[in-house]
Amino acid sequence: MTDTAIRAAAPKAESNSLLRHARYVVSENPVTGLAFGLFTLIALCALIGPYIVPHDPLASDTAATLQAPSWKHWFGTDQLGRDIFSRVVVATRLDLIIALSSVALVFAMGGFAGIAAGFFGGWTDRIVGRISDTIMAFPLFVLAMGIVAALGNTVTNIVLATAIINFPLYVRVARAEANVRRDAGFVQAARLSGNGDFRILLMHILPNIMPIMMVQISLTMGYAILNAAGLSFIGLGVRPPTPEWGIMVAEGAGNIISGEWWIALFPGAALMLAVFCFNLLGDGLRDLVDPQRRT
Amino acid sequence: MLSLISKRLLLVIPNLIGVVIITFLLTRALPGDPAAYFAGPAATKEAIEQVRSKLGLDKPLIVQFGHYVTDLARGDFGNSLTTGQPVATEIRNRLPASAELTLFGLFISISIAVPLGILAAVKQGSWIDHTCRVVATAGVSLPVFFTGLLLVYVFYFLLGWSPAPLGRIDVFYSPPPQVTGFYLIDSVLSGNLEGFRAAFSQLLLPGLTLGIFSLAPIARMTRASMLAVLASDFVRTARASGLDDRTVIITYAFRNAMLPVVTTLGMVFSFLLGANVLVEKVFAWPGIGSYAVEALISSDFAPVQGFVLTMAVLYVVLNLIIDILYGVIDPRVRLEG
Repeated sequence: MTDTAIRAAAPKAESNSLLRHARYVVSENPVTGLAFGLFTLIALCALIGPYIVPHDPLASDTAATLQAPSWKHWFGTDQLGRDIFSRVVVATRLDLIIALSSVALVFAMGGFAGIAAGFFGGWTDRIVGRISDTIMAFPLFVLAMGIVAALGNTVTNIVLATAIINFPLYVRVARAEANVRRDAGFVQAARLSGNGDFRILLMHILPNIMPIMMVQISLTMGYAILNAAGLSFIGLGVRPPTPEWGIMVAEGAGNIISGEWWIALFPGAALMLAVFCFNLLGDGLRDLVDPQRRT
Repeated sequence: MLSLISKRLLLVIPNLIGVVIITFLLTRALPGDPAAYFAGPAATKEAIEQVRSKLGLDKPLIVQFGHYVTDLARGDFGNSLTTGQPVATEIRNRLPASAELTLFGLFISISIAVPLGILAAVKQGSWIDHTCRVVATAGVSLPVFFTGLLLVYVFYFLLGWSPAPLGRIDVFYSPPPQVTGFYLIDSVLSGNLEGFRAAFSQLLLPGLTLGIFSLAPIARMTRASMLAVLASDFVRTARASGLDDRTVIITYAFRNAMLPVVTTLGMVFSFLLGANVLVEKVFAWPGIGSYAVEALISSDFAPVQGFVLTMAVLYVVLNLIIDILYGVIDPRVRLEG
């Protein structure tokens, strides 16, 4: 066997074993397969939802207000006669964008701060640790409320607030993972070949802890969606008439006691399914990446 | 034990300083000119300048911070813009409502989650174990305001078992004379059973909502720690010595398994205090959360700031109590301290 043959065979075997492992995880826990299915559905709604819905999500129809679910309006209509099914589907994109951008933001901030803290130790570690301790000293949703109230009632600030309250979680994971690798063989080798600290951090440590960070992202996605919906439920961030799950539940809240359950139920159920899906995906991904922490 | 407590108390100080700094920075981050903001929309230029010097906003940031801290130390949280009332008084009056709701929610959640977690661990792999896992995952996925509305729909509209979700006590009853501020306790103290029933039926649904929301971490932790303890040597010894299951599980395993559960209570309180705001809005509960939400809607910042600060201080104190409690029930921690 020649050198090239061995080199070609090695990655193939590796990807094969990963696939097999993935298949094992999915077959061992069929719920993960279900979560992937749900995820595809949610992603589809976010991508093409606005083009396929049967009604305009903003068009009100005074002749058809507060109608129960029927063939014409699958999820019924609200106080203004707007079609709830269309609104729920269209809202997917906004909710996902808020959650995704806040998670991306905290991944950048918390991930980098955590890696730096774990890698350099000393003062960097102490300052980063103090910042996350201070954030953790607040009940997290309350802090998010305070941040949005102070910085201004916009969607951007909801994203920022959600990112900030997740900061300590990312720092903790990234710090622990970077810390165990700071003196690893490959880091010493990189240093000996003349790489600077930042280069080592970005090119050698970061790719190594990526899988664990991806799990963290998927686990916090659900929480980010819940948090953003909670904030818009109390009237922060998204303004009516924009369709968004949290605000739609708030709009239907008053009708619950008079029996019009469909206005709040469908957006609430969509919210619940999305969060459920991301939580299950996170667990599945963790089983895939880090079999030791399997529950 | 005393040295442990004092050491833990010292750790509270940097946390409190951080909390105060953050709430201070949040007030100064208000969009636009804070002086114009506090002077109100109809204020003239002179009025704004007057407010600026009255609030000390023309001084350097560090001096402003000094004023802020002295005001807080005197218990002055500022005045609400919409009502003109001092925020501190309002928060003090409303705090018992929130506290009663939160503690009742925690009580419900512990009394369901702990037995569920224990049973799931003892009968690992059985249907009850699966129930526990489903409940734990569903509990964290359910938006708390959504659970609340579902419960209202089922128990108020469909079944008619519970009263309308409007506040702490039915309008036909007058609240019991104030002793602790907890309606349940106050009505018992004044021997008013009718009042107790009325207050309890109002409290049940919001309490249940909070309970369902905070079930998951407690049940999950109880199960995990119970499994670890059941696999340990001293449980094996106890079983080998012929003790019956009940004694082994309750006296030996349960008491040791509770230690990690007590530590997760800190996280549970963070959940509860946040979810409290949403539950109060759904059930029109007159606590500090709904006070803050009302203020948020009318862009009245002083109550929001007072609310965030109160919640943070409460949370720091609760964490302190949990840590001390941990030292009380686990002698090993005491020895290290």
